[in-house]
Amino acid sequence: MEVYLDNAATTRVMEPVRKIVVKAMTEDYGNPSAKHKKGMEAEHYIKEARAAIAKTLRVEDKEILFTSGGTESNNMALIGGALANWRAGKHIISTRIEHASVYQPLTYLEGQGFEVTYLGVDGDGHISLNELEQAIRPDTVLVSVMYVNNEIGAVEPIEEIGRLVKAKDPKILFHVDGIQAYGKYEIRPKREGIDLLSASGHKIHGPKGTGFLYIDEKSKIKPIIYGGGQQRGLRSGTENVPGVAGLGVAAQEIYRDLSGYIDRMVRLKDHLIDRMEEVEGAVVNSKRGLKSAPQIISVSFAGVRSEVLLHALEERGIYVSSGSACSSHHPALSGTLKAVGIKKELLDSTLRFSLGIYNTEEELDYTIQALKELLPMLRRYGGGSRHR
Amino acid sequence: MRYQSFLIKYAEIGVKGKNRYMFEDALVKQIRLALQAVEGEFEVVKETGRIYANALSDFEYEDALAALKRVFGVSAICPLVQVEDLGFEELKKQAAAYLDQVYPRKDFTFKVDARRANKQYPKTSEEINRDLGEMLLETFPGLSVDVHHPQVMLHVEVRSRINLYSQVIPGPGGMPVGTNGRAMLLLSGGIDSPVAGYMIAKRGVVIEAVYFHAPPYTSERAKEKVVELARLVSRYGGPIRLHIVNFTDIQLYIYDQCPHEELTIIMRRYMMRIGERIAREQKCLGLITGESIGQVASQTVQSLAATDEVCTMPVFRPVIGFDKQEIVDIAEKIGTFETSIQPFEDCCTIFVAKHPVTRPDIRKIRHSEGKLAERIDQLVETAVETAEVVDCGRR
Repeated sequence: MEVYLDNAATTRVMEPVRKIVVKAMTEDYGNPSAKHKKGMEAEHYIKEARAAIAKTLRVEDKEILFTSGGTESNNMALIGGALANWRAGKHIISTRIEHASVYQPLTYLEGQGFEVTYLGVDGDGHISLNELEQAIRPDTVLVSVMYVNNEIGAVEPIEEIGRLVKAKDPKILFHVDGIQAYGKYEIRPKREGIDLLSASGHKIHGPKGTGFLYIDEKSKIKPIIYGGGQQRGLRSGTENVPGVAGLGVAAQEIYRDLSGYIDRMVRLKDHLIDRMEEVEGAVVNSKRGLKSAPQIISVSFAGVRSEVLLHALEERGIYVSSGSACSSHHPALSGTLKAVGIKKELLDSTLRFSLGIYNTEEELDYTIQALKELLPMLRRYGGGSRHR
Repeated sequence: MRYQSFLIKYAEIGVKGKNRYMFEDALVKQIRLALQAVEGEFEVVKETGRIYANALSDFEYEDALAALKRVFGVSAICPLVQVEDLGFEELKKQAAAYLDQVYPRKDFTFKVDARRANKQYPKTSEEINRDLGEMLLETFPGLSVDVHHPQVMLHVEVRSRINLYSQVIPGPGGMPVGTNGRAMLLLSGGIDSPVAGYMIAKRGVVIEAVYFHAPPYTSERAKEKVVELARLVSRYGGPIRLHIVNFTDIQLYIYDQCPHEELTIIMRRYMMRIGERIAREQKCLGLITGESIGQVASQTVQSLAATDEVCTMPVFRPVIGFDKQEIVDIAEKIGTFETSIQPFEDCCTIFVAKHPVTRPDIRKIRHSEGKLAERIDQLVETAVETAEVVDCGRR
């Protein structure tokens, strides 16, 4: 049995997405900027995708900018936002649990003379609104907070943050990394005070190499990629027509019946969390129900190294990730797990199970069974831990 | 102007007395193999103590040069331009055109070195040197002659056609692979063992390799990384047969039966034993490891003595006296470093006790191994029998 429980890393493309991607590659392959009919047909794909996505957020079509994915969206929001507003101030506020695609651009900006305040989080992974309010200064130009944390699934109080930021100073740009949230929540940028929202296609059963940045029409932002002036000069380069078309279809499909998908996913999540109680020494770091993201279940297994357990599960056809797939490239311990105060001896013993639309209860039961069988054996040998 | 040929120089094998022809033939064979991977057709010929690789068709110069630079036994490679003998006046023009294209800046010292294999040629070597030199000085006023230490030595070989060359590109040196038997490399995935394999291959030895895989404690990616390392080393020494041994059960059994601070030493002794068994089956005459004295607990002199003790074959440890940085420098030069530092566990970095013994007492180790008597032979047997074989770097 193959059980793919790494959907927060990436997902399988859904069938209607595959169809439109292939069609845009093989039939309607024109350059959307070309003046002829072939170009116009290609441009239609972009327009339709833009409209479909704008509709999911209840925003204007022109406020959607296509990018190569979540990382580019975050880079553009932070670097482009900072560069457009540095005259008003050089102070940025973010959190200690951001993804590397936020953290690294911020580090770059620090090197360029910006000052960044990183807010801590409580045991549930939530920032404190009080601390945020204290941190806002007259020279603050940008606040960046993730919607859903990619490692434990904590959901930040985005609407409250937006309200607070805008009440303090409406000129401050509010950026939200929505890469794990888009396709899981009804996000309303206009109501929640979000100026910039990053999203990715391949987390919602769309193609890799696709994503978008929502940019509120009143927000000032500079391009970070220059060239032929596509997408109103904000993001030059021939549009990835097949990818954009696929992203549009994925967004449309997911939002067509979002509550249906989410109800199912939450039921599965709760089922896995419930059954984890039967697994000796398992500590669940995520919450039941809607208190944390529907797709992410972080679990620590005392006395086993996560990487060893990961490979042992892999031998049974079960795919999960240790920490987050992105930070696993550098085997430094997870920033989020540390920030929420998970016990030191569990940091290197934590796995992330993440759900997609194709998972079933049967798969989760199979996973629990595998854990029950594997853990005693692995613990007997110290779980391959380096120091005992 | 195009290069049509390479003059290949070799150093050490030139002095091998009666065995010389054997070494030369091995080198010709290795050059042919290396050029097989390059687009284009070549003939490799031996002529009066020199080897020429002549292109018989269009070819990719950069690829051919890169391939030749990886053939052990080659001390230098000289790309040649061959021109027709159309008289001395024409040769002057050809020589000027050659220098003009190869050296964009004409501000160096030079010397012409002519050789006449065709003694019918109307000018003597001395005359060719003098007349060509004079002409070049006139054509390129920035040049000057230095007969003792010229920056550019323009070689002119007068045969039925005329060869012009001046560039001398260093080769890897060493001896042609296939002239010194076969040995089994214990390949771990780290920085040192690929370097060790490279160094022994450089002495003309055909390399095979063995890797100890310990799922789920080591990952598929770690295995893939070792396959890639074997492929990278094979670019020099030729195809490597890699034996992948599943070591998990042996490791766990040792863990169950023996004191934990001795785990690494005992584990390494079993790796040597298994390595030697496979080596013998594959007709290898020695083992190769990437050990370097004192680098880690299992590589102190005492530990080396303890692992060495179980082998009856000679164990070659070419980096034994190298500092880490010296090994890294070679790894970077041969292109294995980037792959070696990818962060995947190998089976030596897990199951390591907090305080492993650094001065193992061989009697104590033997005593501990006695506790494995019940099952170890069977486990070793199974590990050897079930080893997976991957041929890396098939040309």
